[in-house]
Amino acid sequence: MLANDHIDLVVEPGEVHVLLGENGAGKSTLMNILYGLYHPDEGEILVNGKPVKFESPSDAIRMGIGMVHQHFMLIPVFTVAENVMLGLELTGLFGFLDRRRASREVERLGKEFGLPVNPDALVESLSVGAQQRVEIVKALYRRAGVLILDEPTAVLTPQETDELLGVMESLKRAGRSLVFITHKLKEAMQVADRITVLRGGRVVGSTLPGQSTEAELAAMMVGRAIRLGVDRSPSKPGAAVLDVKGLTVRNAHGQVAVDDVSFQVRAGEIVTVAGVQGNGQTELVRAIMGLDQVASGRITAAGRDVTTSSPRETLASGVGHVPEDRVRDGLVGDLSVAENLVLDMYYMAPFAHGPMLEPAEIQRSAQQRIKEFDIRTPSPLTLVGTLSGGNQQRVIVAREFSRPVTLMIASQPTRGLDVGSIEYIHERIVQLRDQGDAVLIVSSDLDEVFALGDRIAVMFQGHMSGPFDSQLYTREQVGLMMAGSSAEAAPAKGGGESA
Amino acid sequence: MSVAAGVAGAVARAVVVRRQILGMFFLLVAASIALLFGFDVSGSTKADFVLNLASAQAISIPDLVVPVRTTAFLLAAISAFLGAVQVARGFGRWSNVVLAIVIGLFIFSFLAWAARDTSLSLVGMLQGTVVRATPLTLGAFSGLLCERSGVINVAIEGQMLMGAFVAAMVTSATSSAALGMLAGMLAGGVIGLILAVFAIRYLVDQIIVGVVLDLFCLGLTGFLYDRLMVPFQATLNSAAVVRPLSIPLLSKIPILGPILFDQNVFVYLLLMLLVVIQVALFQTRWGLRVRAVGEQPRAADTAGIDVLRTRYINVLLGGLVAGLAGSFFTIGAVGQFTKNMTSGRGFISLAAMIAGGWTPLGAFGASLVFGFADALQNFLSVLNVPISSYFLLMAPYIATILVVAGVVGRVRPPANDGKPYVKQ
Amino acid sequence: MSEPIPPKPSQNRVVSVRDVIQRVIAPESTTWNSVLIVVLAFFTALVLSAIFVVGSDPNVIQAPDPLTALNVAWLDISGAYGGLLSGALGNPSTFFSKVGSGNVKVVASAFYPLSETLVAAAPLVFTGLSVALGFRAGLFNIGGEGQVIAGGLAAGFVGFSLHGLTGFVELPLALLAGFVAGALWGFIPGLLKARTGAHEVITTIMLNYVAIYLTYYFLSTKAFQRPGRTDPISKIVDSAAALPSLAGVNLRLHAGVILAVIVAIAVYFLLWRTTLGFEFRAVGANPDASRAAGIGVGRVVVLAMSLAGGLAGLAGANIILGVNYSVSPGFSSSLGFDGITVALLGRGNPAGVVAAALLFGGLRAGAVQMQAATSTPVDLVQVIEALVIMFVAAPTLVREIYHIRAQRSAGAPAVSTGWGS
Repeated sequence: MLANDHIDLVVEPGEVHVLLGENGAGKSTLMNILYGLYHPDEGEILVNGKPVKFESPSDAIRMGIGMVHQHFMLIPVFTVAENVMLGLELTGLFGFLDRRRASREVERLGKEFGLPVNPDALVESLSVGAQQRVEIVKALYRRAGVLILDEPTAVLTPQETDELLGVMESLKRAGRSLVFITHKLKEAMQVADRITVLRGGRVVGSTLPGQSTEAELAAMMVGRAIRLGVDRSPSKPGAAVLDVKGLTVRNAHGQVAVDDVSFQVRAGEIVTVAGVQGNGQTELVRAIMGLDQVASGRITAAGRDVTTSSPRETLASGVGHVPEDRVRDGLVGDLSVAENLVLDMYYMAPFAHGPMLEPAEIQRSAQQRIKEFDIRTPSPLTLVGTLSGGNQQRVIVAREFSRPVTLMIASQPTRGLDVGSIEYIHERIVQLRDQGDAVLIVSSDLDEVFALGDRIAVMFQGHMSGPFDSQLYTREQVGLMMAGSSAEAAPAKGGGESA
Repeated sequence: MSVAAGVAGAVARAVVVRRQILGMFFLLVAASIALLFGFDVSGSTKADFVLNLASAQAISIPDLVVPVRTTAFLLAAISAFLGAVQVARGFGRWSNVVLAIVIGLFIFSFLAWAARDTSLSLVGMLQGTVVRATPLTLGAFSGLLCERSGVINVAIEGQMLMGAFVAAMVTSATSSAALGMLAGMLAGGVIGLILAVFAIRYLVDQIIVGVVLDLFCLGLTGFLYDRLMVPFQATLNSAAVVRPLSIPLLSKIPILGPILFDQNVFVYLLLMLLVVIQVALFQTRWGLRVRAVGEQPRAADTAGIDVLRTRYINVLLGGLVAGLAGSFFTIGAVGQFTKNMTSGRGFISLAAMIAGGWTPLGAFGASLVFGFADALQNFLSVLNVPISSYFLLMAPYIATILVVAGVVGRVRPPANDGKPYVKQ
Repeated sequence: MSEPIPPKPSQNRVVSVRDVIQRVIAPESTTWNSVLIVVLAFFTALVLSAIFVVGSDPNVIQAPDPLTALNVAWLDISGAYGGLLSGALGNPSTFFSKVGSGNVKVVASAFYPLSETLVAAAPLVFTGLSVALGFRAGLFNIGGEGQVIAGGLAAGFVGFSLHGLTGFVELPLALLAGFVAGALWGFIPGLLKARTGAHEVITTIMLNYVAIYLTYYFLSTKAFQRPGRTDPISKIVDSAAALPSLAGVNLRLHAGVILAVIVAIAVYFLLWRTTLGFEFRAVGANPDASRAAGIGVGRVVVLAMSLAGGLAGLAGANIILGVNYSVSPGFSSSLGFDGITVALLGRGNPAGVVAAALLFGGLRAGAVQMQAATSTPVDLVQVIEALVIMFVAAPTLVREIYHIRAQRSAGAPAVSTGWGS
């Protein structure tokens, strides 16, 4: 399969060139080639007019190309200085590391470009935004002339994003070029000097931000007009199906991850929980599902007290769970599609009678669900690990959504998926709500939060604000809450600009 | 991710409960000390710990004579106190150190009790401990050289066997211990290379490769022993053991001197490697890169480091060190090779490496504990221990199980240990 | 278990002779490819082992000229492998004459090698199943040695302690004792793994050594030791507790062979037709997803290790009740470790395990004959086994050596990597 198909790209000095495309369009592949991590089958790369060939990242680094990856290339147990100098270490006699000089250099670079970092801190203790700054310092330490930023705002709050954009400005002023990869239209428009749109591995358009509207760009990205939202009728909520009271959960290090959180999700409504990853949402969901221990508080789901229930008991009470990490927690890659479709039901009739499985019934049910949920797989016996991300998620959705549930909890349900799958899953979620189920969605994608949520809650450092009616605050206000401002401090919608 | 990862997550959930379990363990140790070593003993029974060795020292220290019962109760009280504190508050970062102290208390009271009404050369026992710990530590060094770069080396046992066999044969044939040691190292290195190729290039599961290599070496050394050493015993299997070498000034230090500085060359090599590896791993560029490869190979790759080459080199180095460890069994100890003479010490080395938190200093410390258990059998005749000698022979193995079970969750391996690296 | 995704039909390509040959040597079906790899792996291992045999013969090294050296080398190899073959299957030249002789004893002796192969294969089936079951659940059970010993000790103890009851009572009781003891020896590392995360590679190996010393200890006690003997050997197993002989007449073939096949079928059913087997496979492949879906991972680990231990314990019972009829140190020979090679060769499938057990049983039986006839040490068989596994576990290497095209296939079950972090 062609990931990149005859792509032409030109980056000028001192320019922010945005590479826009949806998930799976080929942006990351292209950048990894430029950085020497992948090898191109055809074509050439010219730096400052001279053709170059990258065998490995060190070649790219030497040519002045620096990359800030979407998933950071940092070593958590090393300090900032160690991470920055790795590969180009400052050494004394016999190769002994000169840590002091490295620290000083890191501080100097930080000051010069407005990227404050503590050189002696362990990377694993830093916030995501700070880790990203370390990545940028790494590239600058290597005298990068061109900086490639791969989906850098995916993990930032709106405020941190603004800070990043400021950093990019100062880099521009210093004569550096920036290639900014994203799938977010608004940011592209905000930041770009030039936008190139990728779709299906090809360049489908290259424009200046002033010359195109968001809708036009979106159409180029997806190849058809897309709805920038989900159609749904207003919700008619019933009784509370999920009732969380005073929930406190500690993480593996013993720190408080969920801090005295209370909220309800009612039948027939969708509550979306916004927040940058790492603020307790993961632990919240895991605690509700019984995967992590509850320090204090009470959880009632589908009429049962599930505070201390095992995952099996919680699932069997009528709670559906679409886990955040589909590969790690959602599917068993080496088992077949059919087996994965019964992963939490295999022990119940009709899939088993007593200790004996009923393979024929499992197959039959699998075939039915493959058809209903449009899962693209050669056969129910195919190993689920070989399916594409979108189809894998459909398997999980098929599994959970065809169970008799009254409460559905989904974490990052459409992360990394193609637009078709995203639309489909959003439709099914709304369908579930309309049937009268209670739905809880955790998402760090503000678009999804607003598109789906009847009520919206925000998590920040273990505290939850809301849930409040989705019409109550603007995107900017919710963004502020995601960064820690309290709901009361943010001005209510109605005056001033709206999104 | 392994099964234990999911389980360890569950274990870590109960952080507070863990602290109390450790505290109760301390209390349990206190009770055992009091009951086993203090209870049935009359107040006047004494144990005599001899602190000198026959070879002359600078100063002659008087024997340490302890009243067994008092010692037992005193140490039990200390352990109980530590246990109480642990249950109530916990020692936080120091809990591992306190654990080591409590274990030490238990061992000392055991020794006092075992030596009741008789005298035990404590220095001799410690000296023997260091000797026993030497191959274990070297094996652990081999393990951590490999694992710090991300490759699990379960083939240490096989590498030791090959090293022992080759060293014995070469030394016997050439009468040169130096050549024998070198040959032993090379033999271990060859096995290391095979491990590297299968694990790094052919992506075979590293534990499987290790175990199979162990079987291969066991079979090969057994086969060659029957084929070559038995018929040609005089030329091929009568290696002379290296003589102990006394370091002039240092060996005269009381207590520590004979233990550390009146040993054979293997011990000195061990001490040198201890310093060299510890410093190299944590203070040099080489060490930083190796550790980066073991923690996050993709990050190291993007920083321009050749991940595969680093792993190949480290596994080879690990093989060389394991071969050296193996040579100890023959030319450092008994001189002759016998089938399967390593008897699981390669696996105990792995446990020492894990318990030591993948650092040379830690590995040495853990090996001393295992070496002590191993050395006990030498002192069976002297000690008043009313259990079958077979149980004492089991001691190092049971100790290993206890240590391994106890340290998981307290120590952290390199993040990408055991996972092959594939460039896309 | 899964179908390979069929390749797209090629359009308008001329089918060449090379294509046809490739198709014959490397057919699309996964199973054929695996079998081919195994056969080639075996062949390569034999070649390499032959080199060891030849290279360690002083007569070859000190031969006056190359021709003599080759001659001696050839004698070495043909002798060793010939001995292996005739010890495993029988001597083709004398086989037919013996069968046609009319004398029952002579006929039986023609089948002696085959009988020995089966007798050697039976315990290997058990230990192979033990390791394979562990693999399926993501566990590396290297404790086979200790579990075999525990099973043998227990079965033997029941076997020589019971008197006067019928075989229908004594034998099953003895077998059960063997299973339970082995299960206990697997339960301990399983529990440690589930509760503390202690890696089973180390704990099981340590328990192996503990079991060895326990054997000596027990054999020094009055309960075990045979009256009148000072060496470590146990009392003799009651005839009603022994596994009945299947052929009599100087052949050692016993009912344990049949039991092995039955148990293999049972393990197949367990893994693919029961809920417990489903849980084993799910946890073995992805413990996190299994946990999130409600499967109790710790419980599965403990059960899997216990069952695996029980199976190995049956191997020990098999030896004591079917072959030795008493307990003495070293009766487990290297059954536990050979179980690993059998499981790896059999790709973790019960059918594959039986086939691999037969292969290695043949090797073991043959090795005895080989050593007797040519004084080539039996350890050679261990070398061959290890080499076979190395090549089977690295099919890419075998393909590179013999220039075979790669196929898409579902690999052998994943084994836990890492020390439990």
